[in-house]
Amino acid sequence: MAGLIETRPEGLYCAAGDFHIDPWRPVPRAVITHAHADHARAGHGVIWCARESLGVMHQRLGQAAPIRPLEWREPLTLGRARVSLHPAGHILGSAQVRVEAREGVWVASGDYKRDPDPTCTPFEPVPCDTFITEATFALPVYRWPDPADVVADVFHWWRQAADNGQPAVLFCYALGKAQRVLNGLLAHTGQTVYLHGAMTPLVTVYRAAGVAMVPTEAVSAQSRDHDWRGHLIVAPPSAAGTSWMRRFRGATTGFVSGWMRVRGNRRRRGYDQGFVLSDHADWRGLVDSIRATGCQRVLATHGHSDTLVRYLREHGWQAAELGTPFEGEADG
Amino acid sequence: MRRFAELYEQLDATRATGRKLALMVDYFRDSDDEAAAWALYFLTGRRLKRLLSPTRLKAWAADAAGVADWMLVSSHAHVGDLAETIALLFDDGSAGDPELVSRDLGAWVAELRALAQADEAVIGAQLAAWWRGLPLRECFLLTKLLTGGLRVGVSTGLATRALAQALAQDENLIAQRLMGDWQPDAALITRLRAPPDAGTVASQPYPFCLAAPMDDAPADLGSPSDFLIEWKWDGIRAQLIRREGQVFLWSRGEELLAGRFPEIEAAAMALPDGTVLDGEVVCWRDGIRPFAELQRRINKQKPGRRLLDEAPVRYLAYDLLELGGNDIRDQSTRQRRQQLDGVIAASTAAITISPLVSAEDWATLARLRTEARSRGVEGLMLKHADAPYTRGRRRGIWWKWKVDPLTVDAVLVYAQAGHGRRSNLYTDYTLAVWDGDALVPVAKAYSGLTDKELTQMDRWIRQHTIERFGPVRSVQPLQVFEIAFEGIQQSKRHKAGVALRFPRIHRWRQDKPAAEADHLQALHALLDAVTPS
Ligand SMILES: [Zn+2]
Ligand SMILES: [Zn+2]
Repeated sequence: MAGLIETRPEGLYCAAGDFHIDPWRPVPRAVITHAHADHARAGHGVIWCARESLGVMHQRLGQAAPIRPLEWREPLTLGRARVSLHPAGHILGSAQVRVEAREGVWVASGDYKRDPDPTCTPFEPVPCDTFITEATFALPVYRWPDPADVVADVFHWWRQAADNGQPAVLFCYALGKAQRVLNGLLAHTGQTVYLHGAMTPLVTVYRAAGVAMVPTEAVSAQSRDHDWRGHLIVAPPSAAGTSWMRRFRGATTGFVSGWMRVRGNRRRRGYDQGFVLSDHADWRGLVDSIRATGCQRVLATHGHSDTLVRYLREHGWQAAELGTPFEGEADG
Repeated sequence: MRRFAELYEQLDATRATGRKLALMVDYFRDSDDEAAAWALYFLTGRRLKRLLSPTRLKAWAADAAGVADWMLVSSHAHVGDLAETIALLFDDGSAGDPELVSRDLGAWVAELRALAQADEAVIGAQLAAWWRGLPLRECFLLTKLLTGGLRVGVSTGLATRALAQALAQDENLIAQRLMGDWQPDAALITRLRAPPDAGTVASQPYPFCLAAPMDDAPADLGSPSDFLIEWKWDGIRAQLIRREGQVFLWSRGEELLAGRFPEIEAAAMALPDGTVLDGEVVCWRDGIRPFAELQRRINKQKPGRRLLDEAPVRYLAYDLLELGGNDIRDQSTRQRRQQLDGVIAASTAAITISPLVSAEDWATLARLRTEARSRGVEGLMLKHADAPYTRGRRRGIWWKWKVDPLTVDAVLVYAQAGHGRRSNLYTDYTLAVWDGDALVPVAKAYSGLTDKELTQMDRWIRQHTIERFGPVRSVQPLQVFEIAFEGIQQSKRHKAGVALRFPRIHRWRQDKPAAEADHLQALHALLDAVTPS
């Protein structure tokens, strides 16, 4: 079967349109699904991405990055391929890439999720022949609890810390997860939350895009002897165990990630509390989404693609793993 | 069950001892006596026998959850714990059946024991109903009970302290009353509540005094004459009780060793009534024999004539805890030792005294310690002459001054994912030494690496995998680790012909190429050097 999209050393490549998708090396023409670092890299000649992601993309790639934003479903012709972007529901402006040519219709999902998330446009199933799907959490043990319940747990944990006279430091990925939590907290409180320096610009960009969140202030803007007891501080996981943490004496720590579903991960990470909230699809989310595209063929990348591929084959799909040379730990 | 499942989860989630203590005290205060007794049973590390095999559980679970067997297997490999895997598969976020959730822990144990006797079809259907009807936390606990793998991350001492606080009793008294065998029922809590002079049961042992490891120079401890010094025997620590015309031999794991060592039990009948000894069971034939010979006796409930002849044991007594029915643990080590001499003088060959090692100065003792391996002992024990016999590991009372471990440089050949906390990391390593051009495995060691090194090695292992066999990966033979071990024995069961005792990873030799790892001859030479002649 002729392939419309293939793996090249630079990343996914579409010969019919002579462009790459989420390339990890500089290329002349790149379509970028979303602003996470393992997908959005700088140095390309031209970048197409969803208009909704424009702010975060510039924040990540620099204000001068040669970006050409596209509306959702806006047609773009590259070579003999017709290209369009469709919401993936992963983070602000995250897109699936639909490519159509005489070889058929292919969709590269990028990262996606199916749970409700008011901070970005929800995932939209796009009918296709071949679906390139992520498989970060492709094991049936991954099933997400209701996000509203998880945020309620975060709030309850913060209250508990306040009652115990402790600061509560919540670790989560700076792009997407943090804003989702800050948005969710609005249902419980209007109290100010404090941000690590890595969070501030991204929260600002989300606010500019119209995402409502609880009030925030930078940790660095507070005085040296600020009393942190009873306050919630949000920081990226990389800040854990650094000297930056010293100011939050006696803090209780939490981590928000899909990986927290498994006890071994919770314990290994050494946080006091794990909260199961992911910007990726859980097992059901993956299988339901694949089914919804009506595709005959699935190519799986990221994480547990072997499990997903075997399952799909047993259930009547053509399926294969799509190798990606760089596989760090995915943002959970 | 809901309350205990909650306690289990809370204890699991915290590493702070104070918090664990507070959680347990709250639990004991809230619960009725039977629930408290069952919780105590699990918190003090007691376990139910495995009721159903993991293989059968997996088959039923996959069937009931509607997933293929291989998916349950790969999920299990990822999660690392079968009970957790099953609970996660069945979790649909619902609150569960209130009747099942509120059922008492004791009632659940009775149900499970009864179920284990039922027909296959009945078991499968019942388990499916329970798994579907219980929420995540309770489903996990129930399945842990079924696999016999329920372990709570608290020490017996801490659980004892929590109960003592909840009952407003003296901690030492509760510890004493919890020694040995007991049933988790309401009557237990009633007994624990009784006033201090209520007496004990004939079979009840005393809590063991434990030695703290001494890593530094002993000179800081003062003069050697402040200590009673003995060899550290490589056997089974045991308390020998002679009361009310009966004999009880307890292991340090508080297991009654009745019938396993008949020669010791027979000899103990000659001890005066109301005597309790602390000492070590060792295999002895013209001197101490390697632990491997004792091993043949350990699991034999009723040893035959031939085994008794081939591997005779004796009890080396080193402390006296009770004399004439009086608890003398508050007396000094020196006083207890003097009375011990009097008691043992009257006994037979199967019970002898652990002799004192005398030396003028630490230098002489240090020299004697280096002879430990050839003497078949693990090092020296230093017991403070003026100290009482205390419960647990209190620094400054007993010191163990072990001989330095043996080491060998070996090559990583297989890696396996760890369990529990490290279920997603390859942490269990099989290590091999050279035999000509081939590598022969000599030890399986849990990594003693830091979390950072583990993560680094985990990535390396994934990138250098040759083949995968279920949870095990064979890797390219490139990484060298120094493994430390306490002893070495001949072994027909191991391909290398030797077995290492207590092997663990000492150091990651990133500086050493695999070709420079040790050869099997080096281990055989060690074997010759340490075997007592
Ligand atoms: Zn992403
Ligand atoms: Zn990604």
